[in-house]
Amino acid sequence: MKKYIMDMKVTENLRLHQNYCLLKLSPEEELPEMLPGQFVEVKVDNATTFLRRPISINYIDRSKNELWLLIQIVGDGTLSLSNLKADDVVNIILPLGNSFTIPAEANGQELLLIGGGVGTAPMLYLGDFLKKLGFSPSFLLGARSAKDVLQIADFEALGNVYITTEDGSLGEKGYVTQHSVLKNKRFDRIYTCGPKPMMVAVAKVASEASIDCEVSLENTMACGIGACLCCVEKTTDGHICVCTEGPVFNIKKLTWLN
Amino acid sequence: MAELNVNIGNLKLKNPVMTASGTFGYGLEYTDFMDINRLGGIFVKGTTIEHREGNAYPRMAETPAGMLNAVGLQNKGARYFAEHIYPEIKDYDTHMIVNVSGSTIESYIECAEVIAQLDHVPAIELNISCPNVKEGGMAFGVTCQGAADVVRAVRNVYPKTLIVKLSPNVTDITEIARTVEAEGADAVSLINTMLGMAIDVEKRRPVLSTITGGLSGPCVKPIAVRMVWQTYNAIKIPIIGMGGISNWKDAVEFMLAGSTAIQIGTYNFIDPAVSLKVIDGINEYCDRHGFKSASELTGAMMK
Ligand SMILES: Cc1cc2nc3c(=O)[nH]c(=O)nc-3n(C[C@H](O)[C@H](O)[C@H](O)COP(=O)(O)OP(=O)(O)OC[C@H]3O[C@@H](n4cnc5c(N)ncnc54)[C@H](O)[C@@H]3O)c2cc1C
Ligand SMILES: Cc1cc2nc3c(=O)[nH]c(=O)nc-3n(C[C@H](O)[C@H](O)[C@H](O)COP(=O)(O)O)c2cc1C
Ligand code: FES
Repeated sequence: MKKYIMDMKVTENLRLHQNYCLLKLSPEEELPEMLPGQFVEVKVDNATTFLRRPISINYIDRSKNELWLLIQIVGDGTLSLSNLKADDVVNIILPLGNSFTIPAEANGQELLLIGGGVGTAPMLYLGDFLKKLGFSPSFLLGARSAKDVLQIADFEALGNVYITTEDGSLGEKGYVTQHSVLKNKRFDRIYTCGPKPMMVAVAKVASEASIDCEVSLENTMACGIGACLCCVEKTTDGHICVCTEGPVFNIKKLTWLN
Repeated sequence: MAELNVNIGNLKLKNPVMTASGTFGYGLEYTDFMDINRLGGIFVKGTTIEHREGNAYPRMAETPAGMLNAVGLQNKGARYFAEHIYPEIKDYDTHMIVNVSGSTIESYIECAEVIAQLDHVPAIELNISCPNVKEGGMAFGVTCQGAADVVRAVRNVYPKTLIVKLSPNVTDITEIARTVEAEGADAVSLINTMLGMAIDVEKRRPVLSTITGGLSGPCVKPIAVRMVWQTYNAIKIPIIGMGGISNWKDAVEFMLAGSTAIQIGTYNFIDPAVSLKVIDGINEYCDRHGFKSASELTGAMMK
């Protein structure tokens, strides 16, 4: 897929709560084709952030030619992004990386999309993409507490939503892998993104139940385009770049469960 | 419009702007963003005779105005390069130069011999300065004896343009440069990355899997400019300068300090098309300052 460098105007920057913002961006030209699971590299203009920041595609609003990024504030770079105002211009490279595998047949496929923390970000675009192709995706969202579960209404518009929170303030109490839906319902495929310990736990559950499972990794990156080899993950084929051959991997390709 | 072509030994470059090894892949990674044919040259990934998996993740730590890397020469080996990658890059209208590394003198020789067979690779850059491999690599580049041994051995088997890449992790870079010149190198390139380190204080662990790594980016630029200037005053063969170049001004600075040509590394990650802007900027600078040719910039600092 051809990659582009684009200047995009901030159309809206919503503070979803203290630590999260939803940044909506629109370029002058038409947004190129982008697949769920792909990410962008954002140039941050502040005194301390040197490298671009990789951020997942959260949603594409074609009617408004808008790209949505869901950002968790963890350091200077993401803090600067959260402070952008409408009409500010941001330089973006996109679309980057591979994408989630979409089953050939929608018929009877039970798909579960599991997101933890800011790892829910790519699941919204994936869910939307699947729904438009005729699938009925289900979502399992995990967070610390109720206020950390983001974009619930957007997810509910796309399918069944199951929730776990660590403090029990919303949905079932505990981790995503403890949710009852995993015992009560049979899924054909699981897609997941979130903190690594969560993804490893999900991969284990999936593997024990022989459910096909894809995870989206967030290895630290320098270039995002396969030029530097900084972002590698150890796989059954040796070290491979997460930014070009990932970020989405089938768990069978990873060495996590060995 | 100034004359932009410059010569590195027998190698004629259409302009002095090239991209640095390990930061530009094989050039193909950048074709969506720019016309790579406009470059003076492309230094492709560090290549060794054997397939190398490189170091474990994490391999990167961002620093103020730069980054540390510990890639460790991950590559599929010189023969794989010759068979599978070379055919895809050989017909671009720019010089594809292979950065050759090794762990023993024999492995450097063998790798140089394989690359020497490739008609469209007019030069190699001998990497005797990689800080990220345990054996060999930088070890050759930090003593005059080591540098002399490896350059002499490769010079014997490599008839085309031989560029030797110097390490900044030495007390006196000019001694190594003189040694390399005496052994028949056609040019030197400098600097490779500077040995550095970062600790995650929350975890109380090193950020890189290898603990130490190579520092690059704008933070190293003043050191690199100083080393180019010192080396320019010590040797006669051309210098290819690099270290933190992020715009045309930085490039001109390296040329005034004594570089005949320059390479851009880490900044390609921030602006993948930066090198073309640098070419245009050098041209505009020459016009503005009355230089008819970019080659007149080399060492043109006034004291
Ligand atoms: C493919 C990909 C997709 C991503 N998608 C999103 C997204 O949609 N939304 C979002 O908020 N974030 C996402 N991230 C993570 C995001 O890139 C980092 O949080 C961001 O770069 C941090 O920058 P900073 O300057 O704010 O923090 P820094 O000052 O760089 O770091 C602050 C802290 O966060 C840790 N950190 C930084 N980067 C990472 C990382 N990649 N993985 C784990 N820990 C890290 C650092 O070790 C440090 O402790 C993604 C990362 C990748 C690789
Ligand atoms: C990720 C990365 C990988 C590198 N790999 C190599 C390499 O394989 N061989 C080599 O000679 N130099 C390598 N270098 C060093 C660069 O070619 C260059 O000498 C150095 O980064 C300084 O220039 P810069 O500050 O413009 O990046 C690498 C640098 C980086 C950042
Ligand atoms: S981040 Fe450079 S190769 Fe993946």
